[in-house]
Amino acid sequence: MSDTIASPAATGADQPEPPRPARRVLRTATDAFLRRREASVLLVAIGLVVYFQASTPIFLTTDNLRNIAQATAPTAIVAVGIVLLLVSGEIDVSVGMVAALAPYLMHYAIDLYSIPAIPAILLALVIAAGIGFVNGFITIRLKVPSFVTTLGTFYLLYGVLLTTSHAYPVAIPEPTKGNIQTWLGAGDWATLAWCLLVVAIFHIVLTQTRWGLHTISVGGNPLGATEAGIRATRVKTGNFMIVSVLGAFAGLLEAFRINSIDPNIGGGTRITFTAIAAAVIGGTALAGGSGTVIGALLGMLVLAELQNGFNLLGISANSFFLIQGIAILASMIANQYLSRLRRAGRT
Amino acid sequence: MEAAPTQALRVENIAKRFGALTALRDVNLHLNQGEVLGLIGDNGAGKSTLIKILSGFHKPDEGRILVEGEEVALRSVEHARQVGIDTVYQDLALVNELSVYHNMFLNREKIRWPLLNNRLMRRLAKQHLDDMGVNIQDVTVEVAKLSGGQRQAIAVARSVYSDARILLLDEPLAAMGAKEGTLILDLISDLKARGTVSIIIIAHNYAQVLQVCDRVNVLQHGEITFDKPTSQTSQQELTDLVVAEYRAGRAARAANNRRSNP
Repeated sequence: MSDTIASPAATGADQPEPPRPARRVLRTATDAFLRRREASVLLVAIGLVVYFQASTPIFLTTDNLRNIAQATAPTAIVAVGIVLLLVSGEIDVSVGMVAALAPYLMHYAIDLYSIPAIPAILLALVIAAGIGFVNGFITIRLKVPSFVTTLGTFYLLYGVLLTTSHAYPVAIPEPTKGNIQTWLGAGDWATLAWCLLVVAIFHIVLTQTRWGLHTISVGGNPLGATEAGIRATRVKTGNFMIVSVLGAFAGLLEAFRINSIDPNIGGGTRITFTAIAAAVIGGTALAGGSGTVIGALLGMLVLAELQNGFNLLGISANSFFLIQGIAILASMIANQYLSRLRRAGRT
Repeated sequence: MEAAPTQALRVENIAKRFGALTALRDVNLHLNQGEVLGLIGDNGAGKSTLIKILSGFHKPDEGRILVEGEEVALRSVEHARQVGIDTVYQDLALVNELSVYHNMFLNREKIRWPLLNNRLMRRLAKQHLDDMGVNIQDVTVEVAKLSGGQRQAIAVARSVYSDARILLLDEPLAAMGAKEGTLILDLISDLKARGTVSIIIIAHNYAQVLQVCDRVNVLQHGEITFDKPTSQTSQQELTDLVVAEYRAGRAARAANNRRSNP
């Protein structure tokens, strides 16, 4: 580590010759780009587009892009919440079950209690927020590690879902058909539009607001954040609630899109694990303190491209998991390596 | 006893127990306006408990705290800050993943609702660090990339910037090289010269601290056992005191062991 206490520019004697201006500008630009954590994932995403388009001309058709968008969007929305929670130093494996439960909550509210469509949807989101609150409460107040807490709530919610629904899918409630269903998922690009909106909002929340700063602080230096007077309990619980609400929202979008309320929405742990994978591939550290929302979106895009491209090429879906596993491990290893570089790096 | 108006801080008969463990028995100390007080104590003497009480983290079981002559019951870290007591911890409440200027304004961010006012914070941070003679080239850099001395300097500058009138520095020179240590000692001397803040330096190793302190207190077994101006004591005297305590403690433990294992 170079220790420049109070000396302005370095002595110069042992400095290499400065490169020519044009090249220096180029180098600074590449440097700045590569230092952004999202950069490498973006390159991979673009590389995959080029590769799959070269292999099969269908890849970049509107129809196929819509497929990719629909595969990316709901999980990316969950991944956004996961990023915030991981940055604050916690994890939630129950979110996929919240996604499956939320459409049922809406269905019960409308079809059993005759609540109008919009309030019913809001009620489902509020209940999801409550589930997030309980996760936060058990984790922080009762000091149960969040992985264990949410593992418990995962099974609990699964039980609630199966006993109340008898594991049968149901139709989308009549009052939501039409505009609501179109806007909330059934429209061709609706899920993608919501996904981009969520990504944009939470990117700003994480990088440009007090909430984001405190989320990073609580995950990066829990003791220090508390000593600075930041209420870690509030920040973490809030992020648990955000994940749950985003999970519920993604579940509702999915239900409207597939035009059925199905206990298998989210595939049990699948949406959760894919979202965590997307966050990790996007450069979010599980240790807390750092992560990017846009990275998670790109990570999810990479996974969706892979799955879609493999389908088009006729490669067995089974080998997709092989690739996903390698992608997670490779990006984690690269992350470790890069962050060490960044830390030691040029100031 | 009536508190003299010049006393920035006065602590009377503070006691704190954690279950069966008595961390502080009966602590009395005072800090004059603009003074630098060295508080020395060995491990387990109760230093960190005392700091945590003064910074609003723990509530004392007994005793009272007076800030500028007025009794205060510190409710929280924020409350302690409001009355002007700020602590720079040994583990540095800096977040490595954040930039220098975000750390400077941690939990006191400048806001242009709903967003952070980064431009203003950058400018103020730079200005203030320059004012204090802390040389940080680029305030947008992550603090992870700075040296220990620079980080400590930022933590101190942050407290001063937040209008702290009483500054508690917990082991400000711990794990720091001579060059780095000098940077911090110079910073403390500068603050002393300005006279707007009163400082308590809590230290394990007093050799370096002695040169900037006006007065020295020693905390032993939850009590202040020694109080002299720096000019009237010496490193030797303090060493003897601590060593004597160590020997006494060892003898007592040995006696105990003999009693329990005949």
